[in-house]
Amino acid sequence: MSGAAADAGFLAPGVREGLIQAFYLTSSILFILGLRGLSSPTTARRGMHQASIAMLLAVVGTLLHHDIVRFDFIIAGLIAGSLVGVIIGLPLGINIPMTAMPQFVAISHMFGAIAATIVGLTEYLALDARPSAPVMVALSFEVILGALTVTGSFMAFGKLQEIITGKPLTYPGQNFINLSLFAVTIGLLIYQLVVPGQPELFLLMLGIAAVLGVLMVLPIGGADMPVVISLLNAYAGLSASAMGFALGNNLLIVVGALDGASGFLLSILMCKAMNRSFTNVLFGAFGGASAAAKKSAEGLTMRQVNVEDAAIQLAYAKQVIVVPGYGLAVAQAQHLIREVAELIEKRGGEVKYAIHPVAGRMPGHLNVLMAEANIAYEKLFDMEDINGEFARTDVCLVIGANDVVNPAARSDPSSPIYGMPILNADQAKSVIVLKRGTGTGFAGIENELFFDPKTAMLFGDAKASLQKLITELKAV
Amino acid sequence: MNLDLTVIMQVYVFVLAGFVGYQVVSRVPSLLHTPLMSAANAMTGISLVGSIVVAGMDRGTLSSVLGAIAVACAAINVVGGFLITDRMLKMFKSPDQKS
Repeated sequence: MSGAAADAGFLAPGVREGLIQAFYLTSSILFILGLRGLSSPTTARRGMHQASIAMLLAVVGTLLHHDIVRFDFIIAGLIAGSLVGVIIGLPLGINIPMTAMPQFVAISHMFGAIAATIVGLTEYLALDARPSAPVMVALSFEVILGALTVTGSFMAFGKLQEIITGKPLTYPGQNFINLSLFAVTIGLLIYQLVVPGQPELFLLMLGIAAVLGVLMVLPIGGADMPVVISLLNAYAGLSASAMGFALGNNLLIVVGALDGASGFLLSILMCKAMNRSFTNVLFGAFGGASAAAKKSAEGLTMRQVNVEDAAIQLAYAKQVIVVPGYGLAVAQAQHLIREVAELIEKRGGEVKYAIHPVAGRMPGHLNVLMAEANIAYEKLFDMEDINGEFARTDVCLVIGANDVVNPAARSDPSSPIYGMPILNADQAKSVIVLKRGTGTGFAGIENELFFDPKTAMLFGDAKASLQKLITELKAV
Repeated sequence: MNLDLTVIMQVYVFVLAGFVGYQVVSRVPSLLHTPLMSAANAMTGISLVGSIVVAGMDRGTLSSVLGAIAVACAAINVVGGFLITDRMLKMFKSPDQKS
């Protein structure tokens, strides 16, 4: 390219390409800085603003692409998509509770993956008769991972939204069927490398991947859904990376790889927090009631307490640890627990919050829910940081949490949650459990802690119980 | 398989980006794991880039319509994802910022 002589376009091809790459490189750096910002709550928001600027730069850079000859379809798509995005995004946080977060992430993935799949498909159909092997592999992975993410995310959404049963659905030979389907998909990919130019096989491969997405999520119980969503996040990222390989676009490769890494890392962290292996989560069909674990409840009784006594106990406690669980969020009682804490603090007691890594339906889900209630994040403690403190705690207030404080995880090898690290609530001098009824937790396991003599049960809706507690605490 | 230089460079970019991603994400505290998941979700909307190219190419109406659908879907992912992440992060306050 000699000089920047203007040609048919408004920019010489060389200048234009340089400009696109400059946009893309800046965008990649901003994406990384954006994720880096998430390492602290004080920089997180700025980080996400950087990431959204990065996305904007990516779009602007792409609009300069030399293959783009018409903008009407792009603009129509952008406007329609942004409108729907705003419609979905805005209400969440105004009137839709934050508990609906996992469903939202799942359904949002589905849309991103639909885009990746469509792009892969149209690129394939536009190919000349003999595409190079790398391009063929890239396009295949793009649509396989894309289609799998579309249907898998939709299933995850359905399970969490309880359109489909949250219980694991199993049938004999399930893992064998899934693995066979996966093998067929890869087989089709390899066959097409040898004998290219068979669109029907490409479509068949896409279809099988979509079916696999459904079958993969079916046997996974609601409690394990966050692991799946995170995994699907990784797949969607890898699908975008594959798109980058196919289109020769480095930005797509970079951002897809960032997403892939984050998705895999998060799912591994979650599995570790539950002390389960990756394969156990994916093939174990956990999350249903187990008959063996029920036996510990027989012949034992729970000690009930009334609101007045509970209030007095809390009012005179020097240190209180609150263990919030998903039940608290379901009852939308986050704000009330803050009020209770403030009343205890006014009387000189200290209140801390113990957050189990898998409390709620996503990693760190409870942190978000507590933050929603204006509880300072300095008061929220991770399991490792607070477990040593339970022994010197006067009252441990367990609200809507169950499995994360179940001592069976330490003592009963037959329990499905055996080995899972738990919060040492049973070491506190006394325990008050706010619970809706006598039923079991999300994992369907009976909890010994509730039958412990030092544990007092306060039955009822968490919101109503806390309301009464506040009234009583004010009166003490 | 004839691996030309471009493909090799792409693999470099992919592996290094994945490595950077792992390093950066492993420093995110569990406090922020849900926002991280939501942010990563917004970022998968990067498929918008490929969708825009397909929608704007001169390959006939069917291709453009499919492209427009892809653009719309990816935009839902991006806009929805970033909006939610920001709303969530807005809620994280330290005591001195408390109203």
